[in-house]
Amino acid sequence: MKSFLGKRAVASAISLIALVILVFFLSRLTGDPTSLYLPVDASLESRAQFRELHGLNDPLIVQFFHYIGDLARFDFGDSIRRSEPALDAVLRAFVWTLQLAVITMTLVTIAAIVVGSLAAFRVGGLFDRIATFFSLIGSSAPDFWIAIVAIVIFSVNLGWVPTSGTGTVWHWILPISVLFIRPFGLILQIVRGSMISALSSAYVKTARAKGVRNKSIIFIHALRNAMLPVVTVIGDQAAALLNGAVVVETVFGFPGVGKLMIDSILQRDFTVVLAAIFVTAVAIFVMNILIDILYAVLDPRIRY
Amino acid sequence: MAYTDPQDALPDVLPDAPPAWVSVLRMLWRDKFALCAAIFLLIVICCAIFGPMLLEDQAMRNNLRGRNAPPFDFSKDWKLWLGGDALGRPLLARIIVAAQNTIMVAAGAVICSVLIGTTLGLIAGYTTNTTSQVIMRLADVIMSFPSLLLAVIVLYMLSPSVGNIIIVLAITRIPVYLRTTRAEVLEIRGRMFVQAAQVMGASTLRIVFRHILPVVFPTLVTIATLDFAFVMLAESSLSFLGIGIQPPEITWGLMVAQGRSYLTNAWWLSFMPGLAIILTTLSLNLLSNWMRTALDPVQRWRLEISRTKND
Amino acid sequence: MTEPLLEVRNLSVDFHTAQGTVHAVRDVNWHLDRGECLAILGESGSGKSVSASAIMNLIDCPPGDIASGAILFEGRDVLKMDDEERRQLNGRRIAMIFQDPLSHLNPVYTVGFQIEEMMTAHGTPADAARARCLDLLERVGIPDFKTKIDAYPHQFSGGQRQRLMIAMALALKPDILIADEPTTALDVTVQAQILALLEELQAETGMGLLLITHDLGVVAEMADRVVVMNSGQIVETGSAAEVYRAPTHPYTKKLIGAVPGNGDMAAPLDTGIKPLLEVNSLTKHYGAFVALENANLTVLPGETVAIVGESGSGKSTLAKTLLRLEDATSGEALYNGRDLVSLAPKDLFELRRDIQMVFQDPTQSLNPRMTVYDIIAEAFVIHRDILPKAQWKDRVRELLDQVGLEASHMQRFPHQFSGGQRQRIAIARALALEPKLIVCDEAVSALDVSIQAQVIDLLTGLQDKLGLSYLFIAHDLPLVRDFAHRVVVMQGGRIVEQGPVAQIFDNPRMEYTRNLMAASLHPDPDVQAKRRQDRLALQKAS
Repeated sequence: MKSFLGKRAVASAISLIALVILVFFLSRLTGDPTSLYLPVDASLESRAQFRELHGLNDPLIVQFFHYIGDLARFDFGDSIRRSEPALDAVLRAFVWTLQLAVITMTLVTIAAIVVGSLAAFRVGGLFDRIATFFSLIGSSAPDFWIAIVAIVIFSVNLGWVPTSGTGTVWHWILPISVLFIRPFGLILQIVRGSMISALSSAYVKTARAKGVRNKSIIFIHALRNAMLPVVTVIGDQAAALLNGAVVVETVFGFPGVGKLMIDSILQRDFTVVLAAIFVTAVAIFVMNILIDILYAVLDPRIRY
Repeated sequence: MAYTDPQDALPDVLPDAPPAWVSVLRMLWRDKFALCAAIFLLIVICCAIFGPMLLEDQAMRNNLRGRNAPPFDFSKDWKLWLGGDALGRPLLARIIVAAQNTIMVAAGAVICSVLIGTTLGLIAGYTTNTTSQVIMRLADVIMSFPSLLLAVIVLYMLSPSVGNIIIVLAITRIPVYLRTTRAEVLEIRGRMFVQAAQVMGASTLRIVFRHILPVVFPTLVTIATLDFAFVMLAESSLSFLGIGIQPPEITWGLMVAQGRSYLTNAWWLSFMPGLAIILTTLSLNLLSNWMRTALDPVQRWRLEISRTKND
Repeated sequence: MTEPLLEVRNLSVDFHTAQGTVHAVRDVNWHLDRGECLAILGESGSGKSVSASAIMNLIDCPPGDIASGAILFEGRDVLKMDDEERRQLNGRRIAMIFQDPLSHLNPVYTVGFQIEEMMTAHGTPADAARARCLDLLERVGIPDFKTKIDAYPHQFSGGQRQRLMIAMALALKPDILIADEPTTALDVTVQAQILALLEELQAETGMGLLLITHDLGVVAEMADRVVVMNSGQIVETGSAAEVYRAPTHPYTKKLIGAVPGNGDMAAPLDTGIKPLLEVNSLTKHYGAFVALENANLTVLPGETVAIVGESGSGKSTLAKTLLRLEDATSGEALYNGRDLVSLAPKDLFELRRDIQMVFQDPTQSLNPRMTVYDIIAEAFVIHRDILPKAQWKDRVRELLDQVGLEASHMQRFPHQFSGGQRQRIAIARALALEPKLIVCDEAVSALDVSIQAQVIDLLTGLQDKLGLSYLFIAHDLPLVRDFAHRVVVMQGGRIVEQGPVAQIFDNPRMEYTRNLMAASLHPDPDVQAKRRQDRLALQKAS
């Protein structure tokens, strides 16, 4: 187990380095990097000064090692628009996004598993049809559009919840609801399919022949087996939640890392963008390792 | 009574199969949801191909009488049935014209990623050396990032043209096909009919293209259909965030974004293009679900039987 | 006599499927008494398991539908009980074990949990259940049971898993045990052990044993009475010995006639002729694992050489190395003097025409997306010089005719055929290249006995007509006895004994071969009774 975790950590680190190299060379390939780091209207002198200060006149390979060296010390440089280290701004925003993601994914997981299991128990029944219908719609709808429609209905017309900010519990309701819909639809379909095959398996037949109660058959015998493919999808969706977070945070003015990233892109604040990418990547790698551990916990046949 | 062997009696009641396309159409006819989805998608594709040719002028022309015209006023010109925007441009015409960019980007990205991903997957699945390892690690790197983030980074550094957006979205989707193809190849090449072909002396190329690819193909088509919806949503999100296709070009995602400023007095400007996105992705999802059963010869009978019991 | 323990009266079960309603069983009557072993004998699709599923409430309605009949347990009709009452019966009064114990045990829970669950689900306190579970594991012969109680199903061997299933079924001392093909996937020696265990436990508890099987040998070994089923109906009932000696129904006659092991054994071929294939010290290692060690054998033209052995004996590895599906570690295999093992790909391509293979499972060995014509004609596509394209169709027609299929079936897909017909297609494909040697890897194991006999007849006919040689890999000894000229016995990757078929069967020299012979079951209850004594004697001796 330990050696497996070590291997995973090394593999993640390699992926991370590959990403860092990609970003570095892309940023240098596209021409003058000062146009990435500095505002569009920066003067020629300030550009020259910036080049000198950051060693942009050095050979590419020297620049690369500077860049790697800085990253190794978690030094992404200062934000150009905000007078603080880029990493600080990103970490502050990241905490918000993490809260949003954890709450949403917890709700999604619980809801999808319960609804999906019940739908699978009576395939083709009324409950199953309703659940399948809504899960299809949910996984088809663009989140930015749902966000806008929700604002029009619940904030503008009904005035139930505020449109943006993070002050009260009420502020969280709309962003979480909107983020909830897509992963819920997708995971529900996986749970349902996986439970259908688990419930028709031979070991469930054995359990019925043993006289085990239906409740135990669904939630003890079938569910744990059905969870394996589900866990994979939950992992993918948790990572993909950041896709949604970018959109939802922008629409609802939620101060998370997604909004920070888009703002920084629009303001051409490259150090912040880079730091945000790096932090998100690390978070995703940590999550992937947790998913692998969860696999081994659920299925005794998987041993690393 | 003379005994009959149930197993040997079985095939004689099965008639010869009709040509493939006939049975596909017949199966489609039986699943009404999938049929509606297919028809809707056909309409969307027609709009994407012919729309701009026929309606480009009207979609761009300002029209004072149509300013913020509300939808569903059927006394007006048909192009204004879904309402008009602040400059009086007819919304329906604009949606039809915008279909081209939206569909083109999604189709381009899906086709590129299917071709590249499948090729790499076949290579990774049929070579056991380091090539396969390198390919898989590259896929891991791409997979470990949310596709939208990756697109955001690249589009920050490259200009957001249609071509670049297709490339970026294609790259983020390659691992899906690569992994599926490789996993299927690894599974199929262990199957007995591949061994049977090897025993007959079939070349590697023949095994890959005659025995493995046809078995993988339906799975790929099913995934590609589903992925088309995914890529469309991603493109729309990028356009919505302002880092995708730039005005004066229009896409459905961009139209939703532009309509945001008029939410309180002209809600339809955001609502209608969003509805177009939903209906298209929903159709793709339905069609993909149908394909999963229809393209699998073992599962196909579920669609071939009359559905008297379920209806 | 008082009323029987369990009685099935006029039971009819329908299944509503794609091709319309299937009458799975029609008007079935049988009964089971305490302490008795009743066997339900039938081939696949005969409906032999349906009444058991009805008893255990395992038939889903829909698509199943119990059209009529009653199932009386101690005089009460279980079909009229509510779900909770039936749940109470399951496991506690009537227990069931299945074929393929690996898939019937839940892979993610410990065996201890699953056996204890049988008891806790019916109200036994957890600590009592644990204690009883340990007793049971010891009773069914799980070694090191105190630690194994917390192991998972995949950590046991196939035979041990069936022992676990038995332990689970007997946890609450049920009145009836239903065993659905309990030994089908197991090796013969393991099968003998499991059957012996079932017999002992039945004697101990006095329960009624309902044995569902396709194997006349199992019936002969175990059953007091037998019910023969075909196409959902009972065709014959009687004591096991009566039914075997004097079958009345034509189906039963055909079934008993098809059982291999009674024919004349073939005389060895003249060893003076030059061998077609000569294998010298062929070895295959997978890392440290020795799959095949120092194998030596010869195959003469027109000869059938059978390779027998239990799972893991290396017989399939031998086939795969010969056909270059795997590369040998060392050794040589001379085909007409050319070494198959070290041949360059181009020369190997030429030789491929001479050596073909028929696989175990025809469902998997035929590409599901190709028509029968494409499957057979692929041989001509690969080896262009056999036939001009214009003649392909005629040749395919001819080949289909040769294996007893209609030429009009050419445009159909494999899934439109039955198992036996699929294997015929696979044989036609192998014949298309006009080979000299065909390797049959368990080529008839997946087929029903009567179909098995037909395919063997086909192979024999082709051998007479075309002078083919067969390398016939099998685990079924009676089949080998009737079909082979010579027999090679393998164990743990090594050849332990080989010789003419009469010598191996009548006068085996090695103890392993003797054990194998003693464990294999004979369909005649009298012969089987004698065999059992031999087996017990062998056990005592060792």
